[in-house]
Amino acid sequence: MSYVRLINVTKRFGDVTAVNNLNYEIGKGECFSMLGPSGCGKTTTLRMVAGFEDLTEGEVWVGDRLLSSPKKRLYVPPENRNFGMVFQAFAVWPHLSVYENVAFPLRIRKLDAKEIDDRTMDALRATNLVDAKDESPDFLSGGGKQRVALARALAINPDVMLLDEPLSSLDPHLREEMRFEIKDLQQKYGFSIIYVTHDQSEAMALSDRILVMRLGVVQQIDTPLNIYNHPANKFVFSFIGLSNFLHVDNVGGSPVLPEHQGNLPHSLKIPGHLAGETALSLASRPSETDFVAMDDPDGLHGLVTRKAFLGEIVDYQIKIGSQFIRVQKGRREAGPEQGENCSVKFLRPFWYADDYDETQAVAESD
Amino acid sequence: MSSPANKKGSFGVAQVILFLSIAILVIVVAFPVLLILFNAFWVEDHFDLANTISILKQPMTYEALTNSLIIASMSTIGSTIVGTFFAWLVTRTDIPYHNFMKSMFLVPFMLPSFIGAIAWKMLLSPNAGLINRFFMDHLGFDGPIFNIYSYYGISAVEVMYLFPFVFIQVCGALERMDPTLEESARISGAGLLTITRKITIPLVMPSILSGALLIMLYSMAHFGTVAVLGIERGIYNIPVLIYERIHQSGGSFESIRMGAILATVLVISAAIIIWAQRKILSTGHYQIIGGKSFRPTQLKLRGLRIPLMLFCFAYIGFTIVLPTVIIFLVGGLSTYGLPFTPENLSLANYKFILFDFDVTRDAIFNSVTLGFTAAVITMFAGVMISYVIVKMKVRGKGILEFLGMLPFSVPGSVIALGVILAWSGQFGINLYNTVWIILVAYIARYMAFSLKANSAALEQIHDSLIEAARACGATMWQSLKDIVLPLAKPGMLAAFFLIFLPSLRELTVSIMLYAPTTRTIGVAIYTLNEDGETVISCALAGIALIIIVLGQFIINHFNKKAGV
Repeated sequence: MSYVRLINVTKRFGDVTAVNNLNYEIGKGECFSMLGPSGCGKTTTLRMVAGFEDLTEGEVWVGDRLLSSPKKRLYVPPENRNFGMVFQAFAVWPHLSVYENVAFPLRIRKLDAKEIDDRTMDALRATNLVDAKDESPDFLSGGGKQRVALARALAINPDVMLLDEPLSSLDPHLREEMRFEIKDLQQKYGFSIIYVTHDQSEAMALSDRILVMRLGVVQQIDTPLNIYNHPANKFVFSFIGLSNFLHVDNVGGSPVLPEHQGNLPHSLKIPGHLAGETALSLASRPSETDFVAMDDPDGLHGLVTRKAFLGEIVDYQIKIGSQFIRVQKGRREAGPEQGENCSVKFLRPFWYADDYDETQAVAESD
Repeated sequence: MSSPANKKGSFGVAQVILFLSIAILVIVVAFPVLLILFNAFWVEDHFDLANTISILKQPMTYEALTNSLIIASMSTIGSTIVGTFFAWLVTRTDIPYHNFMKSMFLVPFMLPSFIGAIAWKMLLSPNAGLINRFFMDHLGFDGPIFNIYSYYGISAVEVMYLFPFVFIQVCGALERMDPTLEESARISGAGLLTITRKITIPLVMPSILSGALLIMLYSMAHFGTVAVLGIERGIYNIPVLIYERIHQSGGSFESIRMGAILATVLVISAAIIIWAQRKILSTGHYQIIGGKSFRPTQLKLRGLRIPLMLFCFAYIGFTIVLPTVIIFLVGGLSTYGLPFTPENLSLANYKFILFDFDVTRDAIFNSVTLGFTAAVITMFAGVMISYVIVKMKVRGKGILEFLGMLPFSVPGSVIALGVILAWSGQFGINLYNTVWIILVAYIARYMAFSLKANSAALEQIHDSLIEAARACGATMWQSLKDIVLPLAKPGMLAAFFLIFLPSLRELTVSIMLYAPTTRTIGVAIYTLNEDGETVISCALAGIALIIIVLGQFIINHFNKKAGV
């Protein structure tokens, strides 16, 4: 039961294609995140849904209402789209009190005084702002301001809530708290969310489904679990969670470390669909890598060049040939010391073709 | 934390700098102002308020007061409307050529308004004004279409030259404003007009008001325009009356006393205005500067786009190009009143004033040397005083902070009167009728500019940079010389030009202090025009405009290179 639909949405600024042929559908009450590095087109997409940018091609639908379609010369301005929206920089009006900020969209709709008051107070209660209602938002903390912005978006009881990096101006611990507040509000009011973020843990925590985007092109749309466990390509693998890549040459079907630095264990086999590639990346997660005995046939030998205690976990840097990977273990687990030789085993290796690779810059996001 | 010896050493240096700073401000600004207050209330060895009030009630003084108020109010309201409208037009609509227009609207900043007034006198005086004559001679009008010798005329000319104060403030606020403040109103359902009314205007209101108050302050104490345009119909304001009384009576006791009382009124109104401005800026100045910004939504003017563009060009042509052209054309005429035909126009007047006429030659020399000297002295004094205020932690700084605010609130005509009182021999030093008295007055008048530019630059220098130098073993002097001064250089350069250029066209102060051999460019233009030497005065005005525009061009070039 799709509610918001983007069909072949494309946006070009001059020669630059910011968003290229985007298609997705969002169900009613679903929380849908658009995730990607800055400049990937996620904010531009959200602004096209909101109506701040017109499309170059394609259509945007909400329910059975067509909002934008350059082909049909149709463009509903943002003020008539009936969305709630929260911006990164809060965007609460400093010359109005908290109450008046929240009441603003209701006053614009010329509701009667009683209803304006009821709905404003409802929204203020839902966001724990009743005590601050007569203050100027300038006196609130960042979290307080963002609550005002949320309350203002809630007041009109929208079907769709657009959130543009709403938490990235907040302190880390507040960020986690607000994340769950947003989720609670969604469950209470039942609106759909389109959520833009560059923070993968935020997207994971909140979303029913995530869209990963890069350079204006969709990389994968799936549930958080599937995206993590079955990344569609090397970029998605590198963007979600910590990642290691070992460059490997394909010599007659066997994986070999470059420049004759050694063979890989026999259990690591090049998958059939990549048999034709000469240069490959062996991808793994630092948390899904084990230390094994030196004589274990599945182990790959290396040298511990750095061992750092990070509190809950211990972070190892291992030199294999001339390349480095990271391994992370719980602080209670045993492991080699810095300067020692060791042997590692990848629990869930992934294989990708190397020539795909323009994504080195974003490898290892945290 | 520091050893006693160390503490003692820096204490001494700090004290010297603080003492010097206070001394400069006291001698240059505070002392003259105090003398004015003293003369305003102190008659024959006793405090006499009744006498002061009786002088204020005299018809002439009373009229000067009301005129100052009427003209300042009309100019302020007019400039605020014009400035806000144009600022909104160039920043928030899709009007074509908005960058070009924006720079054109800032041009009046550098043009001296009294030269504009002279131009408008030639264009719109009731009987001889070129525009009025054209309408009467060729279009069958019975009388002049507009009389520039009126409150409306004077205010209109002031609006043309003062509106950039509001324009630049509002442009800045509109450009820096976080666009999501307006976008969130849009997504809340508000249309563009509602947003302008309920969100945009209220948010930039502090900027509008603060610009308006600056104009009020300037206009209350403004001499040139009123002097040029008001004299015919007997319209005068406070500075004009002070000038005329002192000038006519050769500096008699009564005229000085009346001047002191009127100057006191100016000081008090200025203080109120400055206080109101600070209040607005501190309590009402919203944090509206945003994080990641998309460009703000531009209002599509649609059908009005071309008409509004033509209106802007007409405004620029009528208020900036036309008066300038007239000045240069009249400056080229052999006799004022002849038609502008090629045989009547030549460069003879320009050659005459530059090479043969000692009055104008002296005036140009005086203005350039005075401006340069004043700029250099004020620049160095300003950086020292700002350093104490912004960076130093030393006892007695509060006095300096208070004194540092004085230059901002003392209008030019008050400073001129104050230096006459202070440096005419009563206190052992007589500078009257020399260039030195003008120099002292310039330093006092432009100290505010220097303090502003320098403290802005110094605030950019983080304390840790100086502390790092000290931690490396530099003494306070070494850290000043090697760290602070090099980093403060952009502010000092800005201060230099902010003083040098305006002083080239200064009139309000110079007119009260000049002697036959110490005319400045402004005084020469004004007096030649009063004496009926219209073509010579216009030629000199033309030369002054060229110098000012060239100077501004050099600064802009400089700033671009320095990335300021």
